Amino acid sequence: MGHIYRTVPNNGDWAIEAHGLVKTFGDKRAVDGVNLNVRAGTIYGVLGPNGAGKTTTVRMLATLLRPDAGSAYIFGYDVVKEPQIVRQLIGVTGQYASVDESLSAIENLVIFSRLLGLSRTEARRKAAELLEEFGLTEAAKRPLKNFSGGMRRRLDLAASLIAQPPLIFLDEPTTGLDPRTRNRMWDTIRRLVKQGSTVLLTTQYLQEADELADRIAVIDRGRVVAEGTADELKASVGSSSLQLKIQNTKDIENARQTVERVLKVRSNVSLETGKITAPMADADRVTDLLIALREAGIHLAELSVQKPTLDEVFLTITGHSAKEDTSETSDEMGEVRV
Amino acid sequence: MKSTSKQLAVNRQLKNNTSFGQAVRNSLTMAYRGLLKIRRTPEQLFDVTLQPIIFTLMFTYIFGGAISGNVHNYLPIIIPGILVQTVIGTSIVTGVQLREDMDKGVFDRFKSLPIARIAPLAGALLADTIRYTIATVLTFVMGYIMGYRPEGGLGYVVIAAVFVIVCSWAISWIFAFFGVIARTASSVQGISMLVLFPLTFLSNAFVPVKTMPDWLQWFAKINPISHIITAVRDLINDGTIGWDFAVSLIGAAAIVAIFAPITVRVYMRRA
Ligand SMILES: Nc1ncnc2c1ncn2[C@@H]1O[C@H](COP(=O)(O)OP(=O)(O)OP(=O)(O)O)[C@@H](O)[C@H]1O
Ligand SMILES: [Mg+2]
Repeated sequence: MGHIYRTVPNNGDWAIEAHGLVKTFGDKRAVDGVNLNVRAGTIYGVLGPNGAGKTTTVRMLATLLRPDAGSAYIFGYDVVKEPQIVRQLIGVTGQYASVDESLSAIENLVIFSRLLGLSRTEARRKAAELLEEFGLTEAAKRPLKNFSGGMRRRLDLAASLIAQPPLIFLDEPTTGLDPRTRNRMWDTIRRLVKQGSTVLLTTQYLQEADELADRIAVIDRGRVVAEGTADELKASVGSSSLQLKIQNTKDIENARQTVERVLKVRSNVSLETGKITAPMADADRVTDLLIALREAGIHLAELSVQKPTLDEVFLTITGHSAKEDTSETSDEMGEVRV
Repeated sequence: MKSTSKQLAVNRQLKNNTSFGQAVRNSLTMAYRGLLKIRRTPEQLFDVTLQPIIFTLMFTYIFGGAISGNVHNYLPIIIPGILVQTVIGTSIVTGVQLREDMDKGVFDRFKSLPIARIAPLAGALLADTIRYTIATVLTFVMGYIMGYRPEGGLGYVVIAAVFVIVCSWAISWIFAFFGVIARTASSVQGISMLVLFPLTFLSNAFVPVKTMPDWLQWFAKINPISHIITAVRDLINDGTIGWDFAVSLIGAAAIVAIFAPITVRVYMRRA
């Protein structure tokens, strides 16, 4: 077994080790020195806004794109020097459906299986098995043109699992899916990891990373700007905020005192809208607050808990908004590769 | 869990190179994919079915009287000419379709699989030989309907057909190369037409080279298309395998030897 890890010693547990990855398109640094370390058997989330460099990073790790600088190892194998070995260890579900539009679902899976060395009968069996598993059996023979986005995404994932790869890349696996389909995708991802795979997924949604990932890297303008568990990141972002609207504005001062007493925080009152806003560290406290308000005879018109948005994460971590134009950043770097 | 994951990685036979056998198997699978695609969208066969029919009719009746005195005497000259022109013209489509195909997401998956790097290209080119076969058969059938009975006999007609298909396959690597370097499918079409149009017309396909001005004769004689056409005429009209046959095959092999590696390399680089 030792030979597997010969290129980089002492890395037995790392599924991915990337150091200083750089990719330049023209004079734009799409990825600008990304470091990532992903432990085998975990889900790792790469979180970032449009254009952050998520897809470019994944493509470099998946041997689809050659890094301009830096190094990356998949289970100890160099993605540049030993790409064919790396390809035997990974499954890739790209951001845009990487299946054949003009063929049917079963034809797609059979062709990928055959390419992976399965015999004709094995390939048919594997395809049928995966279609069953992903609830696509009924649509197996229809051309993909008539598939919904969710079906396409599932087929795409199924195609990545044919060889049961130990490492799976999922580039925005749930973007564009409805909540129910998204939840099923999440379940599938969790199941994969239970079966021993490692998953690296990219997402634009903090909630998704929070829900699935053991560790998260926040990436912005081609750099990792924060890394840690979901809790660590949230702590750095700050808590969510509670907003209350009172039916009768005469009660507002009373309500405010109740809020401050129960949540043990300072609150703000906006007189025009009649709203009370308070930071909230522990969501469980809301129950206590509601009971206290009812006991005090205060009737609510509206209650909402605002989660920190990705925008707020970015504002806090990077000091600029996620939606800002990111085009000016390339100048500050010393060298520009073409 | 970590140990299971390591286990998944370890229990595999890992190799960083692909064997020749695997390259052939992968290419055949990719060719199978190409055939499935043709079956799903048969309308892409319009050009290879209509062009042989229309060109054969048109050119035979336009030039027949002027060049050979009558249509019947012209057929042994024009049928090999049209055959080569049509089938090689069809190979342009290979480059165009390759470009379209490569822009699709599915090519990313092919690149991420541990398969021979040449397979997606070789397979696509292999599947296109079905197009050449259709064009070849239709041209001969049209000739037959118009009264052409090749002196060489059926055996030599079959050899000629295979010969033309092999040459076209080799030449399609040039268009595949255009396909991988070009940005858009329509530019592939444009460049390829620009190259192929003079080559097919400034040849001995339609008229005897003797009737051309000297400088044009010089070009028409060295033109590889002329050699292929002469080889086909030798085969089906006289039942002989001549020097032109050998030259054409050597040329075809040279094209593949040059263009296949650089096409694959560019294809990999433009990932
Ligand atoms: N092939 C390319 N040529 C030129 N520029 C590119 C190319 N691919 C990506 N870029 C640029 O690199 C930057 C990072 O792109 P990338 O696709 O990696 O972002 P992303 O984080 O995946 O974004 P999204 O959430 O929109 O998918 C973008 O500014 C993009 O315009
Ligand atoms: Mg992306």
